[in-house]
Amino acid sequence: MLNYILKRSLSLIPLLIGITLISFVVIHLAPGKTTDILTNLNPKVSLEARAKLNTIYGLDKPLFTQYKDWVKRFIRLDFGQSFLDGRRVSDKIKERLPITLSINIISILLILLIGIPLGVISSVKQDSLTDKFITIFVFIGFAIPSFWIALIMMDIFCIKLGWFPALGMVSLDFEDFNFIGKAIDISRHLALPIFIYVFGGLAGISRYIRQSMIQILNKPYILTARAKGLEQNVIIYKHALRNSLLPIITLLGLSIPGLISGSVIIESVFAIPGMGRLFFESVMARDYPVIMGILTIGAILTMIGNLLADICYAYADPRIRYQKL
Amino acid sequence: MKELLNNKPLFIGALLVVLMFLVAILAPIISMHEYDAIDSESILQPPSPSHILGTDQLGRDVFSRMIYGARVSLSVGIIAVGISVLIGILFGAMAGFYGGIIDKIITILIDIMLCFPVLFLILSIVAILEPNIYNIMIIIGLTSWMGQARLVRAEILSLKEREFILAERVLGASNFRIILFHLLPNAIGPVLVSAVLGVASAILVESGLSFLGLGIQPPTPSWGNILSDAKSSLGVAWWLSAFPGLAIFITIISYNLVGEGLKKYLK
Repeated sequence: MLNYILKRSLSLIPLLIGITLISFVVIHLAPGKTTDILTNLNPKVSLEARAKLNTIYGLDKPLFTQYKDWVKRFIRLDFGQSFLDGRRVSDKIKERLPITLSINIISILLILLIGIPLGVISSVKQDSLTDKFITIFVFIGFAIPSFWIALIMMDIFCIKLGWFPALGMVSLDFEDFNFIGKAIDISRHLALPIFIYVFGGLAGISRYIRQSMIQILNKPYILTARAKGLEQNVIIYKHALRNSLLPIITLLGLSIPGLISGSVIIESVFAIPGMGRLFFESVMARDYPVIMGILTIGAILTMIGNLLADICYAYADPRIRYQKL
Repeated sequence: MKELLNNKPLFIGALLVVLMFLVAILAPIISMHEYDAIDSESILQPPSPSHILGTDQLGRDVFSRMIYGARVSLSVGIIAVGISVLIGILFGAMAGFYGGIIDKIITILIDIMLCFPVLFLILSIVAILEPNIYNIMIIIGLTSWMGQARLVRAEILSLKEREFILAERVLGASNFRIILFHLLPNAIGPVLVSAVLGVASAILVESGLSFLGLGIQPPTPSWGNILSDAKSSLGVAWWLSAFPGLAIFITIISYNLVGEGLKKYLK
C-alpha cells in the first residue's frame, strides 16, 4: 500500500510542474505589464516609479527567472499581494477557501445520499414508470443551466415568497444570534445554492449506479443468491450494490473540477463570500496575483482530490494496489 | 432511414436542432423588431401581441434579441467545438500513432489540462484578452479538446497493429496517409458523438460567461447576457429570466438527445 502511495505521488511531479507552468504562461499572455493597472490611469506616476514597481514585482527580469522566483515563492504559499487592496493573496484565499470547500463537501454528501438510492430504484424497477420518471428528473437537473435555475428560484422563493434570504451567507444581525440561531441562519442562506449543486450533480451518480446495477443484477452470482432464497433487499444492498459502489470513488474525484468551476457562478449569483466569488471579483478587477493564485490552487486541489480518490480506491480494491503503475 | 425514425432521441433532438438553426438563419425575417431598437415608451412590458416575449429595461424586444442570440450561441458552440475537435484529433492521432515519448508528453499534457477547473482557466484568459465573440470561441476550443484527444488516441492505439495497416505499409503508404485515410475514419463515430455533446457544453459555458458579464458583450445579444440583464429586474420582469434560460435549457437537451441517439445508432 505504502509502495502504491509513493509511486502514485511521484507521478504528480510532472503534473505540478505543468500546472505551475500553464498558470504562469496564461498570466503572461497579457499584453503590456501586469502593473499597468496600477500606473496607467494615474498620470502622477513617474517613469522612475514605474521602473521601481517593475523591480518590486520582478518584471524586469527574464521570463524564466520570473517563473523560477514565482515557483520558489509558491512553494512557501506566497502568491504576492493583491493589486486591489494590498493584502497578501494567501490570506485572502485562506479566508474564502473553507467556505467553498464546505459547501462543496456538503453537496457531494447529499448527492451521494440521494443519487445512490435513485440509481438503485431505477435499476431494480428497470423500464418501469418510476425508472422513467427518475431518468427525466435527473436529466433535467443535468441540462438546466445553474445560473438560470438560481435566478428562477431566487425570484420565487426569495422575492415572491420570502422563504429564504436572497444574498450572502449570514444575516446582518448574525452576531446577535446564539449558536443554534447562527446554524439556522447559515443553513437558510445556503439552502438554495446547495440545492442547485445537488440537483445538477444527481445525474452522474444515479445514472452510473443504474447502469452498473443492471449489469450486476444479471450476473450468475446474483442468480445463486436468489436460488438460495435470500431476501430481495439483501441481494440488492449486500451483494449487488457493494460491487457498484467502488468506482464511485473515482467518479467523485473526477467531479471536483466541475464543482469548483460551478462555485464561480453560484457564489456570484448568491453573493456567497467563497473562493469562486473572490475569483470572479479578481477577474473583473484584473487583479492578476489573486487570479494566478486561485487558478493554481484550484488545479492543485483537483490533483490532490484525484490522488486521494486513487488511494482510497487502491485501499478498497487490492487488484489496483498490486497492479503495475 | 427507418432506423433513424425509430430512434426517438435522435429524431426529436435533430428536429429541435434543425428548428433552432432555421430560427437563427431566418432571424431577420422572423423578428418583428430590430434587436437593438431602444423604445423608451415600452420599458419592461410583459409579453403581449406586439412583443410576444416582452421587453427589457431599454424597451428592446426580448423575442428579437433571443433569436439573434441564437445566432451567437449556436455559432460559438459549433466553432468552439470545431477547434477542440481539430486539436483533439491532432494530439490524439500523434500520441496514438507514434507512441513513446510523444505519447507520454501528450498524455501528461492532457492530465495537466484536466486538473484545471475549466471555468477558472477560461476566466483567467478572459481577464487578459478582451471578451469578444471570437476570443470566446477560441478560448472555449482551446480548453475543451482533452476528451477528443483521449478518444482518438485510444482508437488509433487499438487499430495501428492490425493487418490492414501492415498491408498499407507494405504498399508503401506514408504515415500521414495511413493516419488520415485508414486510422481516423474508424474514430469518426465516437468523435462525432462527443463533438455533439461538446456543442451543448460549449453553449453552456458561453452563456455562463455572458451571464457573468465576461462573455459576449452588449449590445450584441446572447442568451447569457439577456439573463444577466434579468438579474436587476428580478421579481419585476419574470419574462426576462424565464425565456432565455428556457432557450439554453432546450438547446442543451436537444444536443444531448442527438448525442445519445447517435451513440445508440452507431452501436
